[in-house]
Amino acid sequence: MDLKINEKKDFFKWMYYLPLTFWMTLFFGFPTLIIIYFSFLKKGAYGGIAMPLKHTATAYKTLFTSSDVIKVVIKTLNISIWITAITLLLAVPTAYYISRSKFKNFWLLLIVIPFWTNFLVRIFSFIAILGNNGIINQLLMKIFGLKTPLSLLYNKYAVIIISVYVFLPYAILPLYSAIEKFDFSLLDAASDLGANKFQALLRVFIPGIKSGIVTAIVFTFVPAIGSYAVPDLVGGTDGIMLGNIIASRMFQLRDWPVASAISIIFIVITTFGVWLSMKMEKEEEK
Amino acid sequence: MNEKRRISLFFFVLVMIFFYLPIVMLVTLSFNSSKSFAWSGFSLKWYAELFQKSPDLWQAFGRSLIIGVTSSLFSVLVATFGAIAIKWYNSKLKNYVKFLNYIPLILPDLIIGVSLLIFFNMQVGLYKGVELGMMTIFIAHTTFNIPFSLFIIMARLDEFDYSIVEASRDLGANEIQTLIKVVLPSMMPGIVSAFLMAMTLSLDDFVITSFVTGTNSNTLPVQIYSMIKFGVSPVINALSTILIIGTIVLSLSSRKLQKYMLS
Repeated sequence: MDLKINEKKDFFKWMYYLPLTFWMTLFFGFPTLIIIYFSFLKKGAYGGIAMPLKHTATAYKTLFTSSDVIKVVIKTLNISIWITAITLLLAVPTAYYISRSKFKNFWLLLIVIPFWTNFLVRIFSFIAILGNNGIINQLLMKIFGLKTPLSLLYNKYAVIIISVYVFLPYAILPLYSAIEKFDFSLLDAASDLGANKFQALLRVFIPGIKSGIVTAIVFTFVPAIGSYAVPDLVGGTDGIMLGNIIASRMFQLRDWPVASAISIIFIVITTFGVWLSMKMEKEEEK
Repeated sequence: MNEKRRISLFFFVLVMIFFYLPIVMLVTLSFNSSKSFAWSGFSLKWYAELFQKSPDLWQAFGRSLIIGVTSSLFSVLVATFGAIAIKWYNSKLKNYVKFLNYIPLILPDLIIGVSLLIFFNMQVGLYKGVELGMMTIFIAHTTFNIPFSLFIIMARLDEFDYSIVEASRDLGANEIQTLIKVVLPSMMPGIVSAFLMAMTLSLDDFVITSFVTGTNSNTLPVQIYSMIKFGVSPVINALSTILIIGTIVLSLSSRKLQKYMLS
């Protein structure tokens, strides 16, 4: 809805536009441009940036030739795809159930509460469950007489489980609103026209909630590949992700160009995700 | 339909157990008298320790509150003006501003942290960089709060009946009068939910804060992180329980409060 009023009242237009434009340009746009620029500079002897400025593609060369970084990139993608797939598998039926339930508002509240609960507290609660003397190991030892606890933490599986836990609300909410808008009489129409349940699901229901699915994937996959706290706390050496490499380049090696270059990759992926979900939104408006 | 309901019910129950088992665990353990995860009797000693012997945590909590309130207020103010701009005023800036606010919504926190840290630390010419502390945390939190506030307020503006603005103009109100007496009051529901959302995000943020925090300005999440990382004390269970209960009370009461304040 575009109401073109007061095109002459330029003063008010600026009054409304200026604070937002100014703040986001200075503290988001500009810092992003800086790291794009820094990714093409040389690391200083004591960290930071070498002075005088030297333009070089060393940082990107390091990224694309260092086998350690490439390994972590592949691992990060692998972990993120698993997180997204499991999240979606759990979120679609859950959102479906909620949208068809009589108590949807109550269920939605229950979904939102963990989302409102402190992120680190949620990670920590899983340490109490999966840890060496956590509840699962205690049960296993009592029931099966296990002598030594299983190491359920500090590997990539712990990262996947805990990330799914953290991201599930982000996926359930957009799926819920898409399913809510879906016209279920279309499914009856499909079966009247001879489609079986599976065909109706695949060719009517899934396309019908496509925008919700894409949003859920974007809102899970993009934060997942940028994970830092979860792999840092429960990933151990097996669960290291790209985010941890950025942090260690930033703080331990003080290698700003490489940290910037990895960040740029994330920005490119995110921009693509934003473009995708903006496109879905436009399609929906049509 | 029945079969579909059963399958979806199964997943729904699974998700609910998955969601609430860890929380139940934490609450139970916070009343455990021993330090380990094994149950050895009811005790309130971790609560006593939290309230009497953990000044660091309370200071961090105080800082979190100050940053949360100030950055949420400021970002809601900027976002309210911005939402009016984007919805009702066409400008060449429109798509640029929208794009600039869309990206931080899903950009990994880490990247915002890295770019702000480099921005604050950068030394070029006369610009000598900024010392990290409460001010840099405030800037960072405001920056990630604005986009969320903006989109919540814009979504609510969709339901806004624009004819009341025209009516107010017809009745002789000028722009400022219309803004203060007509537009802002009817935008209140959106503004309040944006504020609550910003508050939650701010109190919750660990990653970005950890990048831009100074040596003596840790917020609560940063403090909790170092407790988890370097030796967990059951005090954290007690603290988590209080935070969880606080969250539930806040989210329930904010719904009631919103209804009460706005009806």
